Amino acid sequence: MEIDPLIFRLSIFILSIFVGYYVVWSVTPSLHTPLMSVTNAISSVIIVGAIIAGLSGNSDSIFNTSSIFGFLATALAAINIFGGFLVTQRMLAMYKKKKKDKQ
Amino acid sequence: MISANLSAIFYLLSGVLFILALRGLSSPETSRQGNFFGILGMIIAITVTFLSTGNFSTGFIFVLIFILVGGSIGAFIAYRIPMTAMPELVAGFHSLVGLAAVFVAISAFLNPEAFNLGMPGNIKLGSLIEMSIGAAVGAITFSGSVIAFLKLQGIMSGSPITFKGQHPLNAIILISIVVLIYLLCSTQSSNLFWILLVVSFLIGFLLIIPIGGADMPVVISMLNSYSGWAAAGIGFTLENTALIITGALVGSSGAILSYIMCKGMNRSFFNVILGGFGATEETTSSSSKEQRPVKSGNADDAAFLMKNASSVIIVPGYGMAVAQAQHALREMVDTLKKNDIKVSYAIHPVAGRMPGHMNVLLAEANVPYDEVFELEEINNDFANADVAFVIGANDVTNPIAKTDPQSPIYGMPVLDVEKCKSVLFVKRSLSPGYAGIDNDLFYKENTLMLFADAKKMTEDITKNL
Repeated sequence: MEIDPLIFRLSIFILSIFVGYYVVWSVTPSLHTPLMSVTNAISSVIIVGAIIAGLSGNSDSIFNTSSIFGFLATALAAINIFGGFLVTQRMLAMYKKKKKDKQ
Repeated sequence: MISANLSAIFYLLSGVLFILALRGLSSPETSRQGNFFGILGMIIAITVTFLSTGNFSTGFIFVLIFILVGGSIGAFIAYRIPMTAMPELVAGFHSLVGLAAVFVAISAFLNPEAFNLGMPGNIKLGSLIEMSIGAAVGAITFSGSVIAFLKLQGIMSGSPITFKGQHPLNAIILISIVVLIYLLCSTQSSNLFWILLVVSFLIGFLLIIPIGGADMPVVISMLNSYSGWAAAGIGFTLENTALIITGALVGSSGAILSYIMCKGMNRSFFNVILGGFGATEETTSSSSKEQRPVKSGNADDAAFLMKNASSVIIVPGYGMAVAQAQHALREMVDTLKKNDIKVSYAIHPVAGRMPGHMNVLLAEANVPYDEVFELEEINNDFANADVAFVIGANDVTNPIAKTDPQSPIYGMPVLDVEKCKSVLFVKRSLSPGYAGIDNDLFYKENTLMLFADAKKMTEDITKNL
């Protein structure tokens, strides 16, 4: 008897929740804001669905209702990807250690 | 065009890179590398998607244009946004993830062939369930985040909006969402799909309006979590490993942050989510309000106290963000350090409007992160410190949380500020904080109130040092 591929995806999902659980607990509290902005950026990997949707039109009609929603979703996800990663980078660049210039 | 198996492996790789991106945040030194892994993972995922569709016709150009337009908007926002506005920005970004999930779900529902999910009106049952859950959670994330954004931005009042029958109404709507998903999956009716979306938008809105401004750390974390679950739902629909892994990561990340925030307030998650905190408490505090003597001082007094101290602990709160006082504060601390005074910062988990809010602002003002401590790390040091400088914080310093079981904040972990030899409390007035209760600290023998704008007071103290 064959196993439904859904079960494999479910396994990945459940295991990833556990990975996320342990990884996030090890994040230092002072970086919780960058954590939120970077999770925001990576969850925009939903852009892969948006791209497939955007490319779903055929050569006669690139624009149909379905592909238009795809294009819009692409733009929204792109805002998040660029905005999220760049603002995270901007924040992380500010975290500096104490300079050893005292005494 | 690359094979489905090969692209699945690449998606797995980008999922792993995303895990490494979060892993990097365990310390500031590795964090920048982590962010780079995240970017790399994203580039791989996008490239593989293009290659696997193998469609490089006009549609491809249009997709590129939309990525470019969205990307430029995102980059522009990322560089222009002031650090104090970070909570609003994150709430705004969450709403976009939610909306993108909804759009992808709509697109998949209208044109399932493009995703290999069957025919319109005859979508594979499993995919339809996943799709409708993804769409519903996405819609809730969107409207909830929009409300959170409006509240944080001050466009909408931060005070809780409550009305009679609110909770039963929300419960009915939530049940109707489950029923709608069930009906949708058994009938495949597109009308039900649209109704499901509208109802989900509505419940996202209704869930967030009763939650007050200072509970926003929990709300933002919760919406962060929702955006992850929405992404995972879509990931199942599209059978995409990268999306499933990421959704699970983000979902659990947001859930953990919500938990940490709730623990920081000693309140249950449901207590926060049901909302109305602060709205009901105000009546009880105003009745018992009596005039108690407070000592108030000016910048000169404060400077004198600090000059004679050997160690100072700074307790920043949301008020510092509002007054944009972080740079002035750093200058004051620099002057103190020149006088050989030991300075450290104490951050309460729920200080500010989002997790880690204060840390980012201090980092922006060039405060080294190894001078900034969390509550557990520094709380014992207050007894040995000479001066505690409370700037823009209130409830998180209230000793009543340790002494009065009647108080709404009883049991909440607080900074033991009152154990310092003297306390300087910068505040505009004696008005109670978010919890609507008086802060006993104001009336302590060793507390000196500095009534002024946080930024101006800090600058004045620096001049007097």
